[in-house]
Amino acid sequence: MARKSTSKTFSTENGVGTRSHPMLLFLNRTFTSTVLFCVIIVCLLLLAIFISLFISAQPSLQKFGFLFFGATIWDPLNGQFGALPFALGTLLTSIISLIVCIPFSLSVALILGEYFPSGPIATVLNSAMELLAGIPSIIYGMWGLFALVPIVRGFEVTIKVLPLGVGIFAAALLLSIMIIPFAASISREVIGMVPNDLKEAAYSLGATRYEVIKKVVIPYAGSGIIAGILLSFGRALGETMAVTMVIGNSYFMPTNIFGPGHTIASIIANEFTEATDPVYVSSLIEMGLVLFIITIIFGIAGRYIITKTSVKD
Amino acid sequence: MSIGENKKRKFLTNVIKDRAFLVIIIALSLVTLVPLVLILFYITKNGVSFISLDLLTKLPKATGETGGGIVNAILGSIIIVFFSSIIAIPIGILSGIYLSENRDSRLGNFARIAVDVLQGVPSIILGIIAYVWIVIPMKGFSAISGSIALSMMMLPLIIKNTEETLRLIPYSVKEAAYSLGVPYYRVMLRVVIPAGLSGILTGVLVGTARITGETAPLLFTAFGNPFSEVNPLKPMETIPHIIFKYATSPYTDWQDIAWGASLILVTFVLVLNIIAKVVASRWKVKF
Repeated sequence: MARKSTSKTFSTENGVGTRSHPMLLFLNRTFTSTVLFCVIIVCLLLLAIFISLFISAQPSLQKFGFLFFGATIWDPLNGQFGALPFALGTLLTSIISLIVCIPFSLSVALILGEYFPSGPIATVLNSAMELLAGIPSIIYGMWGLFALVPIVRGFEVTIKVLPLGVGIFAAALLLSIMIIPFAASISREVIGMVPNDLKEAAYSLGATRYEVIKKVVIPYAGSGIIAGILLSFGRALGETMAVTMVIGNSYFMPTNIFGPGHTIASIIANEFTEATDPVYVSSLIEMGLVLFIITIIFGIAGRYIITKTSVKD
Repeated sequence: MSIGENKKRKFLTNVIKDRAFLVIIIALSLVTLVPLVLILFYITKNGVSFISLDLLTKLPKATGETGGGIVNAILGSIIIVFFSSIIAIPIGILSGIYLSENRDSRLGNFARIAVDVLQGVPSIILGIIAYVWIVIPMKGFSAISGSIALSMMMLPLIIKNTEETLRLIPYSVKEAAYSLGVPYYRVMLRVVIPAGLSGILTGVLVGTARITGETAPLLFTAFGNPFSEVNPLKPMETIPHIIFKYATSPYTDWQDIAWGASLILVTFVLVLNIIAKVVASRWKVKF
């Protein structure tokens, strides 16, 4: 704490040995103000994004308000803009992908955070997660389109639904692969934070490792794991390219999870350059604005829960 | 049945449950490796036969003609990523310095949240923003608008990495410099930044890898261009964008080029990530 206060005097007093040199004083001031300027830019960036989206969405906001999320028909040629099919498509893909992702990401997190925090298994799994996280979205889309979609089509033939291959289900599967490393890294972080004495206390009472995980680790890390799920959900909502390539581009209300659909991100990606009418463009931007607000809420909520759990002790 | 036997049975079921749980989570973890292996295998298998000198040196051909390359996309990606880095690196490093120097200030805490949130903003939104901010006023698609969208994606990675490394540098190092009469700005530029170079470099490399593979913000900013273009004020083709365009086209020879381009992109991005990891572990800040 004492050190912090010294650092403060240095930065506010413009450093040592500068009082005699006006040139150095000037350089010091320039440096600190440039640094401050950069941070302020970073802070204002989000606000600026919000304001710009809000202004650009005005034509549509004034015409439909947020009510257009209740309308089901998307027909730009006749001036009908209903965003419900896309909102529903986004929710469906994200929720299914989360459900698929949770058992896998939690297993990886338990292996890395509890069973094998170091050693060859951890190295392999860690590198695999880093590679998965590093693969660009477009490559997932490419693989999804040419490798995953035929598999899904085969599956759809077996369960006797219309075998399109592309659709909400394929997109959700692809999404779940993409968010596993992200969800796993957050859960692993919180699982690693469970104090050892708690676990040891349980062991000393004769608990098996499974019991320790079930009754100590998961309850302790629970809120952090949920925060990780929230953050992953935010990720899944906004994922664009991979989803765009496999979701099947349908403007109608999704009738079942194997049918084609559109998410908010994919409709923006597909239609933005084709939109000529100002209301058309702004209705796409309005969807973007809603997506932006939702991801921000999930991001802040997730972060908040994680910081709250990490300062618990 | 005696009490002892009952206890023994309970103990046994507990052990079996314990073992079964371990087997299940190991199995589930192994399953997560499957898509990774499949993706890398599939991209390599399909891409490797289309990697040729032509792919790297020729311009794309019109529909129906075979052959052609993606030299315009490679060039475009390099230019766009270069301009993004020029924008994001200085702002990112300087913001990182502020955050590591002012650990408890209100602005610092706010900026930390802002950086976290910015990292979670969907890339397509950043594309819309670059469209609204740059493309509309300039009345046309341009590479520089793509660079601006991508620089906003790169910023959080650089800021976070810079802050984290600079925090590790002990105060005594700075004190030693101050005691020699070195002014604050020179301590930062000549002592603190070089000491934390590995972390900053890691951030830059990871950020570069991330934005090189990014497509969504470029769809309506850099837009794409069938010709070689070096003027950043004009539309430009990029590797991820050409993959998207060709992969979703109905022509098989376009899809072939997309496979070749995918392999190039994956290799580049993963190598950059691995270099970043090596840099981070080899040149770790140690005091």
